[in-house]
Formats: sequence, structure tokens, C-alpha cells
Amino acid sequence: MNWGSFSAFLHMGGYAFYVWSSFGLSFLLLALELLLLSGRRRTLLKRLGQIQRLNASRGSK
Amino acid sequence: MSKINLYKFASPATFYGLAGQMIPGFAILSAILFAVGLYIGFFVAPTDAQQGEAYRIIFIHVPAAWMSMFIYVVMAVYAGVGLAFNTRLSAMMAQALAPTGALFAFIALFTGSFWGKPMWGTWWVWDARLTSQLILFFLYIGFISLQAAIDDPRRSDRAGALIALVGVINVPIIYFSVKWWNTLHQGASISLTKAPSMAHTMLAGMLIMAIACWTYTIAVALSRVRLIILERERHSTWVSELLEDIK
Repeated sequence: MNWGSFSAFLHMGGYAFYVWSSFGLSFLLLALELLLLSGRRRTLLKRLGQIQRLNASRGSK
Repeated sequence: MSKINLYKFASPATFYGLAGQMIPGFAILSAILFAVGLYIGFFVAPTDAQQGEAYRIIFIHVPAAWMSMFIYVVMAVYAGVGLAFNTRLSAMMAQALAPTGALFAFIALFTGSFWGKPMWGTWWVWDARLTSQLILFFLYIGFISLQAAIDDPRRSDRAGALIALVGVINVPIIYFSVKWWNTLHQGASISLTKAPSMAHTMLAGMLIMAIACWTYTIAVALSRVRLIILERERHSTWVSELLEDIK
């Protein structure tokens, strides 16, 4: 184990700002990509569903 | 003996289902590998004698930089195959990989900045490694915006493929930049020709993080290619049947 205490872990030997910014921002961006992707999926399925219903109602007339 | 028909998987309709089955496995694997890699990186790998704890940025910086180069090559191969054989699915794969590649190129750049500041005393220098990596990021952005700007999918695939193929020349330049030019950036962390100079646990953490990034990329690119397939094939019968099932 590298760290004597939790605060020593957070302190990162004085490089806390650089280390935590790097990891924090990286994983934030990855999470953001997943979020955008699921949003894109939802909108697309909704739009395609609408188009299909529209076509179906036209076809039945 | 029955022959497996590989061409079957090149059809977007078949691949849509296949990709859907593959995604959960890669996603779970990626989450586990990220957890293990971060654990090794922060709790097992020892403090670096020269750089103290700041070196731990390596566990995200190097895998992201590798990924940004790998993804570019894979994307260019897909784009090239699409250009040469007019296979729709390969062009879609290239398109699905680009945003994730751009993301990793960006992560490599800013984690490098956050590492450079405490170690070199500067956020940025115009040296060969940093500049060629920045160019890689711009190549991704160029590919994405060019494809987005052209409405006709066939023409946009072709234009994108040209950018992807021409830009591939930049990848070996990035990789060898630390050898060819005198740069501030340190040499390759891992070399194929000599034994690794770092502690085994550091190496293990870095490799596991790299595989985690790989599985993440596969899961995300497959999810994205499914959306691209749906968008492009929306007029076909199999998509309307599929939408019936979802409802």
C-alpha cells in the first residue's frame, strides 16, 4: 500500500491538482460520450417511430 | 462441411444484431478492467523516484495516446476498404470510430499538459511530439466535420476516406517524433526491441488501462455504428420491422 492515510492519497505527494484534474476530466469526458450516445439513440428511435406511424396512417387511408 | 458466409456479416442488417449481442460483454469487461487498472495505478504501482506521484498521470495519458493512434489507423483501414470495395458497412465503422478517436486524442493532449506543467514548468511547447499529436486531433475533427457537411452518404464516405488515408502518414510521425527530433517529451514508454525500463507493476497498470480503453472503444463504436446503420437504412423493410418489435 502506498498511502498512509486517505488524506495522503488525496494529496498525491503535492501533485493533487495535476493528477486529479487529469483523471477527473478524462473520465468525465468518457461519461459524457456515453450520455450523448444514449441521447442520440433515444432521439433517433423516437424520430424513426414517428415517421413509421406517419407512413402507416397514410397507407391505411 | 458448410462454409461460414463471411459476406453475411458485411450486411448492415446482420451486423446490427451481431453488434447488439457483443456490446454488453465489452462494456462489462471495460468497467472491470478500468477498476483493476486504476487500482494497480494508484495502490500497487510504487512512487516514481524522479517524478514523485505526478507520474501516475501516465496510467491515463499513455493508454489514451496509444488509442488515439490505433483508432486512427483502424479508421483509415475501414475507410480505405470502403473506398476500394464500396462496402457500406466499413464506411459506417470508420464514421463510428472517429468521435472516440478524437476524444482520446484530446485526453492525451490535456493530460499531457497537466503532466508537463509540474515536470517541465509549461503547459505546452511546440515540439514535434506535441505538435504532431495536435495535428492528429485536428485530422479527426476534419474527418468528422467533412462527413457532417456532405449530405449524400456515398459522397461523404468518399471524402472522409480521403482525409483518413492521407492523414495516416501522421501516425508514424507521432510515434517516431521522439526519436527523429530533439524533443522535450520523453522517449517511448514501451519499446519492442528492449526490455521495459519501468517497474513491472507500472507496466501492468498501464497495459490493463490500455486494454480497458480498447474494450471501451469497441463497445462505444459498436453502439454508434448501430445508430448509423439505423439512420442510413431507415427506408428498408428490416428497419421498419425492427421498429415494430421495439414498440
